[in-house]
Amino acid sequence: MTTMTIAKAINEGLRATLAANPKSLLMGEDIGPLGGVYRVTDGLIGEFGPDRVVDTPLAESGIIGTAIGLALRGYSPVCEIQFDGFVFPGFNQITTQLAKIHSRSNGNLSVPVVIRIPYGGGIGSIEHHSESPEALFAHTAGLRIISPSNPHDAYWMIQQAVECQDPVIVFEPKRRYWLKGDVDVENPGPSEDPFKAHVLREGTDATVVAYGPLVPVALAAANAAEEDGRSVEVIDLRSISPIDFDTVTASVQKTGRLIVAHEAPTFGGIGGEIAARISERAFHSLEAPVIRVGGFHMPYPVAKVEEDYLPDIDRILEALDRALSY
Amino acid sequence: MGTHLPSTEFDGTAVDDQREADAEAVMGEPAAQMVQLLGPDGKLGADPVFSDYADKLTPEHLRGLYADMAAIRRFDVEATALQRQGQLALWVPLTGQEAAQIGSGRASQPQDYIFPTYREHGVALTRNVDLAELLRQFRGVSNGGWNPRDTNFHLYTLVLAAQTLHAVGYAMGIQRDQKFAAAANGAGKQPDAAVIAYFGDGASSEGDVHESMVFASSYKAPVVFFCQNNHWAISVPTNVQTRVPLSNRAKGYGFPGIRVDGNDVIAVHAVTEWALEHARQGKGPVLIEAFTYRVGAHTTADDPTKYRQSAEEDAWRAKDPLARLEKYLRAEGLADDTFFAKVKADGDELAAYVRRTAHDIENPDIRQAFAKVYKEAHPLVAEELAWFEEYSAGFAGEEESAGHAAKAGH
Ligand SMILES: Cc1ncc(C[n+]2csc(CCOP(=O)(O)OP(=O)(O)O)c2C)c(N)n1
Ligand SMILES: [Mg+2]
Repeated sequence: MTTMTIAKAINEGLRATLAANPKSLLMGEDIGPLGGVYRVTDGLIGEFGPDRVVDTPLAESGIIGTAIGLALRGYSPVCEIQFDGFVFPGFNQITTQLAKIHSRSNGNLSVPVVIRIPYGGGIGSIEHHSESPEALFAHTAGLRIISPSNPHDAYWMIQQAVECQDPVIVFEPKRRYWLKGDVDVENPGPSEDPFKAHVLREGTDATVVAYGPLVPVALAAANAAEEDGRSVEVIDLRSISPIDFDTVTASVQKTGRLIVAHEAPTFGGIGGEIAARISERAFHSLEAPVIRVGGFHMPYPVAKVEEDYLPDIDRILEALDRALSY
Repeated sequence: MGTHLPSTEFDGTAVDDQREADAEAVMGEPAAQMVQLLGPDGKLGADPVFSDYADKLTPEHLRGLYADMAAIRRFDVEATALQRQGQLALWVPLTGQEAAQIGSGRASQPQDYIFPTYREHGVALTRNVDLAELLRQFRGVSNGGWNPRDTNFHLYTLVLAAQTLHAVGYAMGIQRDQKFAAAANGAGKQPDAAVIAYFGDGASSEGDVHESMVFASSYKAPVVFFCQNNHWAISVPTNVQTRVPLSNRAKGYGFPGIRVDGNDVIAVHAVTEWALEHARQGKGPVLIEAFTYRVGAHTTADDPTKYRQSAEEDAWRAKDPLARLEKYLRAEGLADDTFFAKVKADGDELAAYVRRTAHDIENPDIRQAFAKVYKEAHPLVAEELAWFEEYSAGFAGEEESAGHAAKAGH
């Protein structure tokens, strides 16, 4: 067991991947000597050289598109998109090519490209640096999407993403990059499968589902609720596509109430999908409608008001009150 | 690269003359030279660089190039007919571009990897793609149709220019493979390979073409960009995409750009062979602009009378790639009536094979689509498939037609 930050855990995970898999390589803007704007790739170019840690031209479509070509030649590229709001120049390559080549080729080809995207708000930044576009990708069949919330998962999930034969997007909770935690680098333990949700805290009155940056917020809300005598179960979804509905369903069958929290706007978001599926799977267990806690239907607001936009403990507690009022 | 024809002398159409005058005004110098070896009159000219490559073509090769061009033209006629008969949903004809496609495809070697766009049926032929399989996607039974691993001929990419980046990435992979082999003292070394990325004059405006040229240039990737400037992007003429010859763009990226008479199969073969050698030797990318013409419609759904004069089409028919090679082969005594009769008979046989096979293509089952979304098991796909099976089973005893409707997902 070693203690490290999420950023360091991803760095170590990438290091382990580069050492174990000679066909793996990292690509992105400023990921070489600088180590990325968040230093996630710090030191790797020195160890593995510029053919394995590639500072690319400044072009997101180019990064994803050439990564696809490298994958077709048998390589395992891991692309870094510098910030969430800058993935869109690469959106075409991700949705029309990366997601579809396996299907288009009737299974003859596969393109195991990994895309790392630091995402989410709460860092007081300027426009385009605080977004949560995961639902846009989750809507596209052919992609897998995961988001770690702690250093141990961060260490293992990046490696599991590279091992996966399908394209995987890893949404990294950038405001938690400096969150510290224990990492078992020998053994993934319960994190063996990156597409399974984890029940982080057991409870009986309601279930709160979160992922990525809101997992610590959900846990804090559950602790606060406990002081009011409410027993809240917290699930870290971990995988946004596919979603581990079995784990969520089992929890709701026990608690009867479900709250889904994410930073992304609620309209057309992952919370709506979970609400719909759970109302089908656990209709008779539900004591209240599924309640979503998320961003508003607006472009991500300016930093000075992001506190009012981002779901926090109180917003989750308010949703809990509503759920318990039925 | 020697003395070449100013392109104005070559094409002679008013539209092109105007374009070249415009380009010259912009650049302050004659726009581009065009490599041409075999003129429309069937006479072979000389070029200080490329004649050496042309000289390597034996009479057997030359007859082969003619036979390939004739075969793919015959195939094009057949596929168009199949579309008219409702056997295909759509067809994308290549007539007029045979020399650009056969010449470049035949210059490639088996270890090279080709990324086509969607009109490169001639290149497919040179890569031994089963042309009947190629029709599968136009019949709506597959989005691919052949296995690129068998032929090193990638699937058609319909999103314009997306494949140019895949080509550069693939070429970056070749570079890394070479380093692996070198590190292992040559163990596992494959013959040096290069990549060809095909795209059109319209696609040249897409950002992915720019990005692919930047990446290729930065990493000196072994890739040949092969642009078929067939003068039209559906209804929009090339001068909307560019004010200067497309080959000139290479200069801005820092690699050679060559404009070649795309209706001259000998010149196309020569410049492509030169470019592939250049790439395989580690000297970096090359852009080839094959100056040619789409004689037919954009697709079977298109109506060219709405946007261009038939006189323009006629002017280009006079530069037909097959006719000029036939003239040359006959004049040099390299082929006679027997040869041309055989070529025609072979073409008819190919057409019959394609027609027969197209009729026999079975409709796929949507279960195959479920199976190929992901390579690894996926719970949502499994759940939806299970639902579909149960739903379909509900129609089991019903009439064949109703069952079929359920199967097709209606
Ligand atoms: C990204 C994208 N935009 C639009 C289209 C629709 N489209 C299909 S072919 C075509 C014209 C392409 O012209 P060009 O690149 O010159 O190739 P050509 O058809 O002449 O071979 C257009 C606009 C497309 N396939 N992809
Ligand atoms: Mg065109």
